[in-house]
Amino acid sequence: MRHLMNPLDFTTEELDTLFDLADDIAANPAKYAHACDGRKLATCFYEPSTRTRLSFEAAMLNLGGQVLGFSDAGSSSASKGESVSDTIRIISCYADICAMRHPKEGAPMVAASRSGIPVINAGDGGHQHPTQTLTDLLTIRALKGRLGDFTIGLCGDLKFGRTVHSLINALIRYPGIRFLFISPPELKVPDYIIDMLSEKGIEYEEVIRLEDCIGQLDLLYMTRVQRERFFNEEDYVRLKDFYILNKEKMSLAKDDMLVLHPLPRVNEISVEVDDDPRAVYFKQAQYGVYVRMALILTLLEITVS
Amino acid sequence: MLNVGKIEEGFVLDHIEAGKSLSIYHHLQLDKLDCTVAIIKNARSKIMGKKDILKVECDIDTLDLDVLAFIDHNITVNVIKDGEIVDKKELVLPKEIKNIIKCKNPRCITSIEQELPHIFVLADEEKEVYRCKYCEEKASDSAKW
Repeated sequence: MRHLMNPLDFTTEELDTLFDLADDIAANPAKYAHACDGRKLATCFYEPSTRTRLSFEAAMLNLGGQVLGFSDAGSSSASKGESVSDTIRIISCYADICAMRHPKEGAPMVAASRSGIPVINAGDGGHQHPTQTLTDLLTIRALKGRLGDFTIGLCGDLKFGRTVHSLINALIRYPGIRFLFISPPELKVPDYIIDMLSEKGIEYEEVIRLEDCIGQLDLLYMTRVQRERFFNEEDYVRLKDFYILNKEKMSLAKDDMLVLHPLPRVNEISVEVDDDPRAVYFKQAQYGVYVRMALILTLLEITVS
Repeated sequence: MLNVGKIEEGFVLDHIEAGKSLSIYHHLQLDKLDCTVAIIKNARSKIMGKKDILKVECDIDTLDLDVLAFIDHNITVNVIKDGEIVDKKELVLPKEIKNIIKCKNPRCITSIEQELPHIFVLADEEKEVYRCKYCEEKASDSAKW
């Protein structure tokens, strides 16, 4: 039995297989409509995350399965003090697979160590959010046609943004990738990532202004400056508007540059950009469902001929 | 000067930082072994000024001493057989250490689930970096139990 805790749990070859399956699901949804008949997904969300939870639930429903679960710790037995280990043992009796989000880092790993069913980490604090990374990779592969040989700009909160750190770790396994880190000095990418890139001889550059480098990019990954990552409101208000993507900046970009965003956005991408064909962040949410469908099938070891 | 007799079979852990022998006694779980142990504290040392020494009389295969490599590289492990030093054991950093250090990350699951063991795994052998198995927080020296 396999779990998914970290985007690097899968080799690049395994990811290729997973993404091939996701592509096939996207092309032939009817073929998979009953693949999970009689199976149940438990969504154990100890903190609210409507988008991720609904994406998992949509994925299971698309496969013909059913869903059960809770959407915040208050409505679960955690409020009575039950441990994650105990909860997953119970959930294992009710469902065939579990997607778990927890504010404490490592909670899904604890669950996986005691679980009788596959556990998917649906986000654990500021640590990992592997299905977001798989979504990002599938979107890039599907719309760019390759995972490698491009210049990617990561823009916004590069210090606290776990999606950015995960994506960097996942992308460095592919050849020919050049990183441009675009952020205010206060939200720079952590030193350990810079050290790792230097050690591996991967090309990167740290840039302050988006308009200075947008013309070089094949991909632009925008991120939200998250209020909950700041200790005080003043810093948040001062920094959140630093990097806003608008039509003017888009006019400096290549015709085939793609704009990705893990969503939800606040104001870092102006709504006027939404109609630009290069803005693919809403498509990205659709790819998120496909990749979760492929993941559920893979972890449940279900093959559809 | 206090004299402690020699042992027939076991280990002599020498050059322990003065005052640390009791914590090593616990980390090696010597309290759970039915064997003779001598704890010598603040012995005179030419190199260190003061040092601690642990003498453990036991079957030499009974003890897993690798954890000492994590606790203190400078400890000398003398292997004793028939009352003589037959080997100086080379310490290898353990792949995993359990309940030797505590995860200091307030966001780690171990901060709320008290019964979970604090497990750290060797992430970088060259730089001797251990990370929490659950949250991947880097171990710090101040985190020792």
